[in-house]
Amino acid sequence: MADRITDTRTTRQPASDALAGARAARDSAAKRTRVFLLAPAILTIGIVGLMPLSIALVYSFLEPGTYGGVTWAFSTDAYVQFLFDRDIFDDSLTFSTSYLSIFWRSAFLAIITTIGALLIGFPTAYFIATKPPAQRNLWLFLVTLPFWTNLLIRTYAMLLIIRDEGFINITLQMIGLTSGPIEMLYTDGAVFLGLIYSFLPFMVLPLYASLEKLDFRLVEAAHDLYAGRVQVLRRVILPMARPGMIAGCILVFIPCLGAYITPELLGGGKKLMIGNMIALQFGGSRNWPFGSAAALILMAMVLIVLLIVNRSRADAEVSHG
Amino acid sequence: MIEISTLTKVFGSGQEAMTALDNVSVTIAENEFFTLLGPSGCGKTTLLRMIAGFELPDTGEIRLDGQPVTHLPPHHRPINTVFQNYALFPHMNVAQNVGFGLEMLGRDRKEIDATVARTLELVRLDHLAGRRIDQLSGGQQQRVALARALAPAPKVLLLDEPLSALDFKLRKEMQSELKRLQLETGITFVFVTHDQEEALTMSDRIAVMSAGKILQIGRPMDIYDRPAARFVADFIGDINFIEGTVTDGGTVATGSGDLAVTAPLPASGTTVTLAIRPEHVMPGAEGPNSLAGTLAERVYFGSGTVLEVDLGATRISCRTGDAPFAEGAPLSVTLPPERLQVLQD
Ligand SMILES: Nc1ncnc2c1ncn2[C@@H]1O[C@H](COP(=O)(O)OP(=O)(O)O)[C@@H](O)[C@H]1O
Ligand SMILES: [Mg+2]
Repeated sequence: MADRITDTRTTRQPASDALAGARAARDSAAKRTRVFLLAPAILTIGIVGLMPLSIALVYSFLEPGTYGGVTWAFSTDAYVQFLFDRDIFDDSLTFSTSYLSIFWRSAFLAIITTIGALLIGFPTAYFIATKPPAQRNLWLFLVTLPFWTNLLIRTYAMLLIIRDEGFINITLQMIGLTSGPIEMLYTDGAVFLGLIYSFLPFMVLPLYASLEKLDFRLVEAAHDLYAGRVQVLRRVILPMARPGMIAGCILVFIPCLGAYITPELLGGGKKLMIGNMIALQFGGSRNWPFGSAAALILMAMVLIVLLIVNRSRADAEVSHG
Repeated sequence: MIEISTLTKVFGSGQEAMTALDNVSVTIAENEFFTLLGPSGCGKTTLLRMIAGFELPDTGEIRLDGQPVTHLPPHHRPINTVFQNYALFPHMNVAQNVGFGLEMLGRDRKEIDATVARTLELVRLDHLAGRRIDQLSGGQQQRVALARALAPAPKVLLLDEPLSALDFKLRKEMQSELKRLQLETGITFVFVTHDQEEALTMSDRIAVMSAGKILQIGRPMDIYDRPAARFVADFIGDINFIEGTVTDGGTVATGSGDLAVTAPLPASGTTVTLAIRPEHVMPGAEGPNSLAGTLAERVYFGSGTVLEVDLGATRISCRTGDAPFAEGAPLSVTLPPERLQVLQD
């Protein structure tokens, strides 16, 4: 018996060596395959993400070329220009809020658009989530329908509706409610309307995703425990819809902050928004470094907002636990 | 205390119409442990949801302490429910769940904290007050659901098959626990179950339901010993049925012989069903009402033995302690006249 055991052990030794060798070979092969499989992702992230960012970062520290482009000389002027006016005669710097106010205006518009989209999107998502499952897909389809046409065309359509000779004004005058056109196009309100219209689905879809998972028996349980409609909403539905609300707000706020087409067409470019201001630097103003710097500052702002949201979400989780 | 009169509810319409409740009337007394017993789909949940206020009846009325509450929304009724799936709030901890009702009633913080602590003690969960719901076992969640419904001190507690998700041992434990809670709090319990044994051991009174109707209301003993309908007799416990016809002599003629009964009989010539529990059938004994047969099968089940006796026309089962009888041997059984129930369908 004991002999047999030693026997098997001695015969197994080389076998396990071979096994280890084979395993090592397999591991390195696996590593190679993994790198190979990851390559498309790495390339994509590198080319569409990191490279443009690096270019913007480098350009923001250069001097503008006379006819656009850049001159290869190091300069922090782009960042200085963001906060200060340089006197053309004596080069002295005076603090200026002109660009800051553009940022502030854009951020404000993005915030109220997000709030507006939340106020409209929540009842919409709740409505869809409480429909019988068979009907929900139809409603979701209707919500996503605008995505089937190009944003530019949709924005033009909005323009046709609200302009002075547009659908709304003509109708109002026809039924005699107003005598002249109400000015709607080229106002902040028009931009607000256009942004909400464009980004509402980004609010509705994540909200729907979390409301659809809500167990409506919990709503009944809350009613049973003396909660009225408002309290059920506040104490049960809203807390459960929180992840969807956060996702929806992020998805609406970020593209709104840098929106370009909507302020351009519906705002008439009368008041500069960040997106239009950056676009201007690469066009008429021929100041590529400043455009790059503004884009990077915008990105930093978004990152800060995301960090704050993340932090408050983590805090909420801790306080629940 | 709760007066339910002629409640009817039909779900759907036309071809798919489904009568969930059919002219249901019942009065539940104060401090009573009242059970709705019936097979799945007979309308127990629908009736309970109507008492809670989640469902409106098509016709009929519900009164609580004399006041009509039929159209009162759930949050205005002093009634709480322990839901079948517990329906605990996952984003609140145990104490927050239990305190929810009191908070909604606008009680002040100190009172809420004291009541929550007392209620958690009552269900023996005081050590878990700060736990998250997903960190609890099924049995613990059950107790939280119970505490949450008890904390606001409702007049009536509704329980929809609260023990069906628990395993056997835990279920037994919770049965006596529920009974204790009901006695200690003095709250009226309306308890729903499809488990006849659970109903018999816990209830003051039972309403047996089938297909949207209440077939019988009574104390467990009444229901068991004097079932009013064949369905009730069959649904609760084991029972033998013997078909027969009433004779001129005041006996019942069956395929296996004439039987005397003490219960009042309908007119001669009427077909009736006689019912008798296996434990009331006496094996081997001779005397009046004894029928000759053969022992077809003997099944031992630990605390006793069940004998299946072939009487020719029917088979009858007989439950007894020890059974020194051999399968295939002749065996007569005696059906005591006072144990024979007369059912007319
Ligand atoms: N909301 C509803 N819509 C349609 N049918 C229902 C609804 N609720 C219950 N029913 C039907 O009513 C009958 C009784 O259901 P229920 O009261 O849940 O029975 P139980 O609780 O005794 O199992 C069942 O046939 C069920 O399918
Ligand atoms: Mg049920």
